[in-house]
Amino acid sequence: MPEWIVACAVDDVDEEDVIRFDHHGRTFAIYRSPEDEFFATDGLCTHEKVHLADGLVMDDIIECPKHNGRFNYKTGAARGAPVCVNLQTYPVKVEAGKVMIEIGGVHG
Amino acid sequence: MTIVEKKKRDYSLVGESTRRAIETGLASAEWYHTEAPRKVMKELMQRSDGPAIRDTIVWLGVLLLSAAGAIAFWGTWWCVPFFFVYGVFYASASDSRWHECGHGTAFRTRWMNDVVYQIASFMLMRNPVTWRWSHARHHTDTIIVGRDAEIAVMRPPDLLKAALTFTGLLDFRYSLPTLFRNALGNLSADEKSYIPEMEWPKAIVAARWHVAIYVATVALAIAIRSWLPLMLVGLPRLYGTWHMVMTGLLQHIGLADNVVDHRLNTRTVYMNPISRFIYWNMNYHVEHHMFPMVPYHALPRLHELIKHDLPEANPSMWHAYREVWPVLLKQLKYEDYFLKRDLPPTARPYRGEFHDLTVSAAAE
Repeated sequence: MPEWIVACAVDDVDEEDVIRFDHHGRTFAIYRSPEDEFFATDGLCTHEKVHLADGLVMDDIIECPKHNGRFNYKTGAARGAPVCVNLQTYPVKVEAGKVMIEIGGVHG
Repeated sequence: MTIVEKKKRDYSLVGESTRRAIETGLASAEWYHTEAPRKVMKELMQRSDGPAIRDTIVWLGVLLLSAAGAIAFWGTWWCVPFFFVYGVFYASASDSRWHECGHGTAFRTRWMNDVVYQIASFMLMRNPVTWRWSHARHHTDTIIVGRDAEIAVMRPPDLLKAALTFTGLLDFRYSLPTLFRNALGNLSADEKSYIPEMEWPKAIVAARWHVAIYVATVALAIAIRSWLPLMLVGLPRLYGTWHMVMTGLLQHIGLADNVVDHRLNTRTVYMNPISRFIYWNMNYHVEHHMFPMVPYHALPRLHELIKHDLPEANPSMWHAYREVWPVLLKQLKYEDYFLKRDLPPTARPYRGEFHDLTVSAAAE
């Protein structure tokens, strides 16, 4: 059953950056794009299960801190070796200064 | 009395050590990182095209000028200094370009990384697909026996082999047949262990391109009845490799294996500016392994930021080799022996609970 949960406050994430959000044993990455939009994906790289929140956001790309694998965090698409498997994305909305993500459903 | 038989290291990537590394959690483990503020790290990780474009122009410029000199003086002794420079920039500087562009950190623009990566891979006689994956494994499982495909000096050390690597002979003898084997559609069991199946066809196609260029070069040499084309394409891998080996061997040699802390198995060495240009700052190797997202031009700043938590850097290559030599000699008789480098008082201690840092095996 899809469920909206509060991940963080808007100000918790710098522009063109990412933070980690853990919820009920799962880990997510919450992104703020240069255009000031928010996005959410699974928190671990599909290559070696490294936390993407330690990586680098460049435009619409998140680069994994361990092997420099790249994903488009808006679509979850893997963008070349060493990552081959897409990242799961989640719907995001901002309400009253809070960033909320919808988990439970399967997207991206 | 119980006699415990110590098992020899098995460096195959599909053997007994592999199985043990996976079983004990050494494979794909979580590694130690020095704490650094996210804001500062973000600044250090920032990419730009400027420094790498400048350095690439210098690199290719030196290659072109030295090649022009070598061609102009071909047939006289005056061509030797030109080939000396050409060889180092062809076969040694290409290693660091291959490395940085493989990580995708040298340039901000992806295609620039990819173009330089392909050129450098060719110069090194490295299959660009195979080696991208072997290097990913090297970062996942640095000097984990049975997992790391890029362990330069295995234990017990083969000193003759290590010495011969400076000539490029062994690498040449391995790299060229490997390219031909890959071009024929054959990947080894080790290669298949770290390259995803979907990438196998790419590895074969890449090898075919490399082989085609070498065949064309040989054909040209035969047609004009001259060694010159081969001196410019292919043979520099023999006579210009020494600088890559001199700097690269120091990355991990003599240090611990099967640990999950880069301070124990990796070395930072201060080097002269020319070697640092050729090596693209990879002398800051502990820093690079801890934070592979930091581009080469920011590594000196990263070093300043975290050196309080690292063993003191070797002040020179000479110092590092003098430190390593007795360790290698001791490893000939006792392969578990390694150099455990002291940490400064400001550092967080090595995590003994994660490592078998047997005191009798370590030289402190």
